Amino acid sequence: MNRKISTYIPLLIGAIFFAYPFLWMFFASLKPETQISELWLLSKNLNLKNYSIVFAKIPILRAFFNSLLVSTTITLSVIVFGSIVGYALSRLNFKGRDFILLLILFTMMIPFQITLIPTYVLIVKLGLVDSYAGLIFPGMMNSLAILIFRGFFTTIPQSLIESARIDGCNNLQILFKIIMPLSKPAVATVGILTFTSSWNEVLWPLIVIRSEKLMTMPQLVTIFVVGGQAGSQLGVQLASATLLALPIIFAYVFLQRYFIESLARTGLKE
Amino acid sequence: MVKMSKVDSKAGYFMVMPYLIYFAAFIAYPLIFSFILIFHRWNIVTPMEFIGLKNFVRLFKDELFFKSIINTLIFLSIHIPLQIVIALFFANLLNKQIKFRSLFRALYFLPVVVSSVVVTILWQQMYAYETGLINQVLSGFGFKKIPWLVSPEIAMPSIAVMATWKNVGFYIVLFLAGLQSIPNELYEVAEIDGASSFQKFYRITLPLLNPTVVLVIVLSTIGGFSLFIEPYILTGGGPLDSTLSAMLYIYNQAFYFNHMGYAATLGFFFALVILVVVIAQRKFIEREVY
Repeated sequence: MNRKISTYIPLLIGAIFFAYPFLWMFFASLKPETQISELWLLSKNLNLKNYSIVFAKIPILRAFFNSLLVSTTITLSVIVFGSIVGYALSRLNFKGRDFILLLILFTMMIPFQITLIPTYVLIVKLGLVDSYAGLIFPGMMNSLAILIFRGFFTTIPQSLIESARIDGCNNLQILFKIIMPLSKPAVATVGILTFTSSWNEVLWPLIVIRSEKLMTMPQLVTIFVVGGQAGSQLGVQLASATLLALPIIFAYVFLQRYFIESLARTGLKE
Repeated sequence: MVKMSKVDSKAGYFMVMPYLIYFAAFIAYPLIFSFILIFHRWNIVTPMEFIGLKNFVRLFKDELFFKSIINTLIFLSIHIPLQIVIALFFANLLNKQIKFRSLFRALYFLPVVVSSVVVTILWQQMYAYETGLINQVLSGFGFKKIPWLVSPEIAMPSIAVMATWKNVGFYIVLFLAGLQSIPNELYEVAEIDGASSFQKFYRITLPLLNPTVVLVIVLSTIGGFSLFIEPYILTGGGPLDSTLSAMLYIYNQAFYFNHMGYAATLGFFFALVILVVVIAQRKFIEREVY
């Protein structure tokens, strides 16, 4: 019995420690400025005033759609192109295949700090500053996604592929009609991984987007808070942060098991 | 082994094209261009001007850049040990026979999926000197208020604590996976031999967990070296440049001052620092697991 208590009490303290701040943020964003610093969640004066200020001052809905558009496009692209390359590297034999695999593994070790500024220069030269394309292009392919697909595809029996080939399917048909429907776990992993990281990305948007209309949600909220538009109104800042957190928390509530497994895969890639 | 056919080869080259295009545009080109940029002065508007090694001369005299690297290393030296201890502690608890394991795991993991922008804005309130939650709790218990973000000595450690809170759930999950792969018989045998729980942890758990420890250290080092948005929002690099991270400094050089050539040089040098640190970590921490 004693052992049990000594396990559950720290577990509970941990749960409060990690979850309470988010609850507090949500309730504080509904409070008038003078009550924000209260530790307790509830108050008689809960209202949506801070939110109406956020909506009036910045195009946050537009930013939500920008983020949705950019993250969805990037995710679809990574799934389609990542699986095509993963298929070639796992199910086709050609000269240089192992070299390309090594190249992928090697380039994954290059710190992004070295390519960041030249990539920005490239985007400038292509005239893509302040455009969706500038946000999307550099994210359209992802080495880890290729490796995840490649690893999963190697487990699919060759006989399935052979019989599809006899039926006259070409490689792309085999991939998208036979293999992909069998690879839902890999698709889910790559999808969640890519979507979350691109939804939360903020450095790249801060670099390539200047016009408020095109800003992604994390970028707009950052500039709102840092740039002084939110003034010193804490409630308004917390309301904008809550709006930014909601979509991903919403997705997390329904898909938490997949989220945890997918993200843990990034660590277990080697 | 399947025989290599002509058709296979053609399809193979066709299907790796997306990667090759991506490689050419977003890896090879930036790498080559970075190598050109570091020998030039350039503000992106006027033409590039070749200046030889002057960017490097400037870099080695740039005290603020080295301060920003040291700041980043201070951040790492607090963040990583703290992360490992806390993650191991909770992973150990979760590895026991408990109810609601997946609920606890899901709650600990919550800050991982939420944007660091949210976490930073939230912690800005928690760290506030007069009205912040943490100082309120502290003074409630009769302790002195702590100038979390105001004191140059404490500001960077504060950011390291915040980053730990944000990321530790991820490492709890990694450690939990590592712990679950250790066979139970090892502990049973040790128990028969009369080992204490400390001995069991020190002689069985830690050595067998070494691959996970290495992984956690390498991943959080790489993550820590990209520290940017937290000081950008929280302190802007202050007070007294004490939270100016290397990434924030490079960002400012490039996008605030438009020193593209110099910023590329800083990025190049910083990437080398990262590679050296990560390789050194692997060399010193990695052990053969038998």
